[in-house]
Amino acid sequence: MSLLELRKLNKHFGGLHVTNSVDLTLQAGEIHCLIGPNGAGKSTLFRLILGEHHPGSGDILFAGEDITALKSFARIHRGLSVKFQVPGVFRGLSVRQNLEIALQSRHRGTELEAEIGRLLHFLGLESEHTQIAGNLSHGQKQWLEIGMAVSLKPRLLLLDEPTAGMSPEETHLTGEMVQRLNADGMTVLAIEHDMAFVRQVAHRVTVLHLGQVFAQGSIDEIVADERVAAIYLGQAHA
Amino acid sequence: MTGLLAMFRRLEGPQTVGRGPAFWALFALVLAAALAYPLFSDGYTVGNTVYFFVWVFIALSLCLIWGYGGSLSFGQTAFFGIAGYGYGVLTINFGSAYGFTLLALVIAVAIAALFAVLLGYFMFFGRIAGVFLGIVTLAVTLMLERFMAQTAGPEWRIGAARLNGFNGMSAMPPLTIPWPGEPIVLFADIGLYYLVLGLLVLVYLALRILMNSSFGNVIVAIRENPERAEMLGYDIRKYQLITFVIGAALAGLSGVLYTVWGQYITPSSMGMTAAALPLIWVAVGGRSDLTSTVIGTLVVLAAFQALTIYGSQYALVFMGVLLVLTVLIAPNGLVLGAMNWLGRIAARFTQRAG
Ligand SMILES: Nc1ncnc2c1ncn2[C@@H]1O[C@H](COP(=O)(O)OP(=O)(O)OP(=O)(O)O)[C@@H](O)[C@H]1O
Ligand SMILES: [Mg+2]
Repeated sequence: MSLLELRKLNKHFGGLHVTNSVDLTLQAGEIHCLIGPNGAGKSTLFRLILGEHHPGSGDILFAGEDITALKSFARIHRGLSVKFQVPGVFRGLSVRQNLEIALQSRHRGTELEAEIGRLLHFLGLESEHTQIAGNLSHGQKQWLEIGMAVSLKPRLLLLDEPTAGMSPEETHLTGEMVQRLNADGMTVLAIEHDMAFVRQVAHRVTVLHLGQVFAQGSIDEIVADERVAAIYLGQAHA
Repeated sequence: MTGLLAMFRRLEGPQTVGRGPAFWALFALVLAAALAYPLFSDGYTVGNTVYFFVWVFIALSLCLIWGYGGSLSFGQTAFFGIAGYGYGVLTINFGSAYGFTLLALVIAVAIAALFAVLLGYFMFFGRIAGVFLGIVTLAVTLMLERFMAQTAGPEWRIGAARLNGFNGMSAMPPLTIPWPGEPIVLFADIGLYYLVLGLLVLVYLALRILMNSSFGNVIVAIRENPERAEMLGYDIRKYQLITFVIGAALAGLSGVLYTVWGQYITPSSMGMTAAALPLIWVAVGGRSDLTSTVIGTLVVLAAFQALTIYGSQYALVFMGVLLVLTVLIAPNGLVLGAMNWLGRIAARFTQRAG
């Protein structure tokens, strides 16, 4: 069964055609990685899925329902959740408060406290719980935001460069976490530049280039594709 | 019962400075002093203190909308004026019998709140934010001032109440509590003092509970990162609107109390200076904390009045200097900075003792 279906999504910023008739279908239960050179339109695609941007044309279907016209918060209620590219934590608030804000609509009282404790443990931020989120390291902020996104227990988790700024060990741990969530039934769409991470988790990979779906397949197929190598090389030379 | 207990527990929390027995003992002490103070003072001084207290509500409204909510509103004086004029029109027409002045107070505040629903809906559901929110609210305030200033002619009347243009409205009845025998008239001294003090304590404690509740959590989350807040499933426009309306009601309460205090209200209460002053009190005190806002407002008002004796232009210059100093030394507010500093010292002290 397909969980998310993008149909001919178009988005222009002025003269810039950022997503060009993008078709993408996500099966329920898969871990799907979205890769592509800088400026390919990956984050913009996320913002279209989330309703922060509205497509010039095209449809977005989630679990069979057309959500193209829904407001962002309503899409979250349907079972979407996101970790942004630039860590979007509540910088002036404590780690604990960040988690409380994420969890409070589903839990109350002692149950809420227990959930916060569990999440702190899960994220390895127990000793950090009174710390102001803005003072965390970049990696810790990423973890905190992933924790907030995961705490909504979404059906589809969107991760925009979850391992940026992480060490190889941390990246691997993040990969394991994503696999654990997936094993519990969460579908994941991750934008990632780190090929080790993609290789570790991805069931399928889509390459976005100049706003278009350029290639799709398993990681081995993508890596073997010379055209894909060319667009990355082309950018390296540009 | 447990609900009530949970509510009281929210008197303390991450969104408000001050916790533990020491803080509440100090609070009780200050409250006791405030309750006893009129017994050791004269009517004029007490009336002057009421005048200071009256402004604290509008300061708290700004603290809520700007300090906690992150939306800088210049429109608080508009709600102040609307409620003030509202009270005047109602009581001049219907008098003060049967406790009507108390009802008029409530209606006037409700009118201000209703106006905020309309304005706020247009702004927040139109996704007007940041600087533009400041511009829209300021424009509304100044428009209202201009409008009221040109209502001098006899055709500008609502029932028996002449709007009186630039000179404003006056001679509305003071708050009057119906009482068997003789009704109690709350003139601008001891009577009004206890009413306003009671309201102040009530509002302060209620706001503490509100800001430390899950609602308050969402409000500060929107200030910190509206996008993230929405992506946690909150309809942020709704939260912003509710906060704006509560703020407008508080500003309106200020306006009504100001009107009953002096028995007049003028268009200049909605002018540029009137709109700017509360911003300065709140910024100097500490906009993101209720206690700092209350203390800051009272201290700055008292200093302002003391300086006005030497000429109001000096007082205004002083306010400007104070604002610049705040921005340079303690951007989050002088009082808040001082309280946090004291808190750290106390913590170190107890650590060493323990
Ligand atoms: N709000 C906007 N207004 C105008 N142009 C935008 C906007 N957002 C993105 N763009 C442009 O759209 C293009 C795609 O941006 P996007 O952020 O989607 O790329 P990306 O694939 O996520 O890149 P990266 O790997 O660097 O994160 C870029 O050229 C960017 O400058
Ligand atoms: Mg991006």
